[in-house]
Amino acid sequence: MLKFPIYLDNNATTPMDPRVLEAMIPYFTEHFGNAASRNHPFGWAAEEAVDYAREQVAKLINADPKEIIFTSGATEGDNLAIKGVYEMYASKGNHIITATTEHKAVLDTCKHIEKLGGEVTYLEVKADGLIDLAELEAAIRPTTILVAIMYANNEIGVVQPIKEISAIAKKHGVLLFTDGVQAVGKIPVDVLADGIDIMAFSAHKMYGPKGVGALYVRRKNPRVKVTAQMDGGGHERGMRSGTLNVPGIVGFGKACELARLELADDAVRLSKLRDKLENALLQIEEAYVNGNQEHRLPHVANISFKHVEGEGLLMGFNKTIALSSGSACTSASLEPSYVLKALGLGDDLAHSSLRFGLGRFTTEEQVDYTIEQITNTVNKLRDMSPLWEMYKEGIDLNSIEWAHH
Amino acid sequence: MAYSEKVIDHYSNPKNVGTLDKGSKSVGTGLVGAPECGDVMRLQIQVDDATGVITDAKFKTFGCGSAIASSSLATEWLKGKTVDQAMAIDNMDLVEELNLPPVKIHCSVLAEDAIKAAINDYRVKNGLEELVFEEKGVH
Repeated sequence: MLKFPIYLDNNATTPMDPRVLEAMIPYFTEHFGNAASRNHPFGWAAEEAVDYAREQVAKLINADPKEIIFTSGATEGDNLAIKGVYEMYASKGNHIITATTEHKAVLDTCKHIEKLGGEVTYLEVKADGLIDLAELEAAIRPTTILVAIMYANNEIGVVQPIKEISAIAKKHGVLLFTDGVQAVGKIPVDVLADGIDIMAFSAHKMYGPKGVGALYVRRKNPRVKVTAQMDGGGHERGMRSGTLNVPGIVGFGKACELARLELADDAVRLSKLRDKLENALLQIEEAYVNGNQEHRLPHVANISFKHVEGEGLLMGFNKTIALSSGSACTSASLEPSYVLKALGLGDDLAHSSLRFGLGRFTTEEQVDYTIEQITNTVNKLRDMSPLWEMYKEGIDLNSIEWAHH
Repeated sequence: MAYSEKVIDHYSNPKNVGTLDKGSKSVGTGLVGAPECGDVMRLQIQVDDATGVITDAKFKTFGCGSAIASSSLATEWLKGKTVDQAMAIDNMDLVEELNLPPVKIHCSVLAEDAIKAAINDYRVKNGLEELVFEEKGVH
């Protein structure tokens, strides 16, 4: 029996795994100590729990526990990495390279850097959402201090060639920061093999609690440092002050351990379900996949249904299926997703997209129901779409002079 | 954002979806919005030439639920009105009836624009001058 609503928005956040919650509970009441209290058993218990979690987190990405800085999440991690490198390496240069499809936490931080006098290059992506490696290398200047390219995209799920990117950065003596929030815990991420210098990630995208994340900061070859963005007690090797969120960190550790053990099986199961969903939806006329289908997260699909508006489409089943759209009809600007537009998609296709994020608790039954609902709603809305009617009559929509607002 | 019951009802059971013969002299067609903006409405009226009464109205809309509901409601209101009465339909009446939130007011403006465009199309076809309407400028 299907239970509603069905959750297919796992790129936004994931439900917490009950095993994670179980691990956290004692740290709210029984072991409530401050991990920085060095002189009594309450503090020791908290510190021990944090140390253990640090090992669990480090192990997932093949890092040393000392290289893990706990944060409040990936937005803080993105800020700390970019602003921290900009300040720490000011004597070396002031130029950062990023891409137009990055998360706002990276893009807006880079805008902030520009206001401070820094220089930022925003690389365009190819039609499949991947960056062009030759363009990246050409953008490197003597003053370049950081390349900031995400591991996997939150909207279309494409996975950037991080190994190749890090090789280019290394060749020119530039640090590589990656926002790993969508990738860590979903696909194998190995900071040594991938050559990553700094990486932000978050617990709530991998079945852990909200409000806790980590910044990986490399300690060897090269030893990387970031300037703290929050002043205080000098926690986390002086890079991030603030009393540690012990229960959150314990949950994050447990989530990382579960991911390490179950990631491979989850990925196989979810890619099968995703492919089933995608192939069925592509049976609908004029439906298109957005982004590279080969280099992509196993649980993500982004599909546009031409001549149907995304938000209107969601309304057809939003009581039973939780999904996200690239349309932005609710925003004042009416601008659709900047990520889809960066792929070169016309606004009409960008307005017509749905993002599917499957997760550990997604079932085949849920996918079957989703296929049926979406197919029905697309057909229903096309019956009332003037654009679909014109398309069917063979009218070129570009030949019409639209009243732009 | 939650939708009002009325928006959901019009979305689930839209009234007067369809197409009238745009070549007919007694039919006025208004096509407003743009695919790039995520909203396109086509609203058509069938006018009784002798009485000036709108005997039928049809719409097709590409857009969100509020845009669909605004055009569906507009066609309901148009039927039985004279062309002159139809010109008096104000977008804020649609907003009130559908409980549209501020971010969705542009949907109602588009519906009002569609009504006026349909009326003008009918007027021009019948040798009357095109009316100039004040820009609402909300969208």
